[in-house]
Amino acid sequence: MAVASSSTPRTKPRGDGLLAAIFIAPAMAGFLVFLLWPTLRGIYLSFTRYNLLTPAEWVGLDNYRRMVNDPIFWGSLRVTIEYVVINIGVQTVAALCIAVLMQRLTTSSLLRGIVLTPYLVSNVVAGVVFLWILDTQLGIGNEILGALGFDHVAFLASNEWVIPSVALINVWRHVGYTALLLFAGLQAIPGDVYEAARVDGAGELRMFWRISLPLLRPVLAVVLIMTVIGSFQVFDTVAVATPGPGGPANASNVLQLYIYGSAFGRFQFGYASAMSVALLAVLSVITIVQYRLTRAGETDLG
Amino acid sequence: MAVLTTARAESPDTPVTAPGKRVRRRPSFGRVVAWAVMVAIVLITLLPFYWIVRTALSSNTALTSDPSSPLPVGFSWGGFARVFGLQSTEEALAQGGAGGSLNFWRYLLNSTFVATLVTVCQVLFSAMAAYAFARLRWRGRDRVFGLFLAGLMVPTIFTLLPNFVLIKELGLVDSLLGIALPTMFMTPFAVFFLRQFFMNLPLEMEEAALLDGAGKVRIFFRLSLPMASAPLITLGVLTYITAWNDYFWPLMVSYSDSSRVLTVALSIFRSQTPQSGTDWAGLMAATLVAALPMLVLFGVFARRIVNSIGFSGLK
Repeated sequence: MAVASSSTPRTKPRGDGLLAAIFIAPAMAGFLVFLLWPTLRGIYLSFTRYNLLTPAEWVGLDNYRRMVNDPIFWGSLRVTIEYVVINIGVQTVAALCIAVLMQRLTTSSLLRGIVLTPYLVSNVVAGVVFLWILDTQLGIGNEILGALGFDHVAFLASNEWVIPSVALINVWRHVGYTALLLFAGLQAIPGDVYEAARVDGAGELRMFWRISLPLLRPVLAVVLIMTVIGSFQVFDTVAVATPGPGGPANASNVLQLYIYGSAFGRFQFGYASAMSVALLAVLSVITIVQYRLTRAGETDLG
Repeated sequence: MAVLTTARAESPDTPVTAPGKRVRRRPSFGRVVAWAVMVAIVLITLLPFYWIVRTALSSNTALTSDPSSPLPVGFSWGGFARVFGLQSTEEALAQGGAGGSLNFWRYLLNSTFVATLVTVCQVLFSAMAAYAFARLRWRGRDRVFGLFLAGLMVPTIFTLLPNFVLIKELGLVDSLLGIALPTMFMTPFAVFFLRQFFMNLPLEMEEAALLDGAGKVRIFFRLSLPMASAPLITLGVLTYITAWNDYFWPLMVSYSDSSRVLTVALSIFRSQTPQSGTDWAGLMAATLVAALPMLVLFGVFARRIVNSIGFSGLK
């Protein structure tokens, strides 16, 4: 066959099967081995008892039963949701603010570059820096509070402050990126819409509520889905910037931290997998609900 | 729904006329307030970076007595010396260090190795796959692409535990290859992003090259790939930064100096708090070492990256 095919003139190749196979092979191998297989395996492991040393042992729904009755699991889910609500709430409003300000004031690349800067450092760097800035004794944040006449606050070491603090640290790191995404969405709104509104005597605020926000909705929806999914996976900052595993009284024991502790601290890979599956389910439901609610993908810009 | 950089916005920086461009020169009250808010945002964004530098150049004893001076206090390179293991244990302890041995040269090298390996391989393999999806004709193409797209729906974090089990079975725990492997071949986003670009390339040049007798492999490497250099660079820089900043996965895989990357080293440095109090000068010096390379990298490509953050709607 090889001889025959090589002798036929290849003026019009009907298909590129072999070449495509070669081109796809590395990516396909990576996809199968490090994405598809682990996904299936993660689901499988959630039905087993597995400690890495002895082979996984099928235990049916035991892990899920345990999870439903585990107060620490529910506690960490609650902490995670509290984190997500603060993080996403503040971040979305702030990003929208920055995006609109940039749209109305200046389109300078330099300014956009500056706003994006925190996104370039790791969560670990952001965590460590704010650990220092918010240090109860010596942190400049607390020094400023003191100078203004307030008491020092143990931002990252007290039960009530730790989650809001971590949520705001991550706002600092991610808000610029989110703002640039929204800014790109705003740039797609034709300028004459604003001109027409101005001729009709609309002010900036009115234009924001009546033009920018409604026309930005599809973009906003996608950004929200993305950021919420990212936010639920919080781990780095909590692991680095809060004291001990889970912090005082599990106050900062976010779900990923509990999952990590179960797997690498107590070697309960089965149970950790079950909780991962639960998180996956929560994220899928949120994605679907948010997508439906905000009618993402539809645009009012005909 | 992919993370959203697109070649569309890659066009040279034509100053988009701000929709609400005012003809009047007199700044309104609202505009002044708006600019004030903008300045405040810039300050909040940048001041933590200044604080890293200011603290890294201070000495721990002076920091304790003068925590709020805007300039470095008790100027010293000691923090950097500790980070790079240039101080003796006694010297380090005397200056408020932990006295433990840290060698950030090693971690700097490890991070560079992992990020480079991941970036080069991921971008090349993803580009090859993207080209096959966009330009080659083969059976089952759309179905396979659909499968790749479905991969976008799986949060990375879900695959970490099973991937750790796999890396352990492969005997690659505590190796740099083990850290790089899962993201070395592709990410669904990279494939999706580059496929979009290749689909939008005009066909004519490729057809002309085909008529001239060039093979498709040659066309890919000599024609399509160079034409895609802009999105490839954008993707490469973003991949490099992501790989460099990754913490959770290396934390699972790496256990000793031989495979320790900067993020993990930084968190270990932070947890080695000496009895007398944290070595803030050293910690901030370490932070600077971990952050600076990415800031420089961004400085070089900033305009390109900033302009390519946008939407490539998934339709």
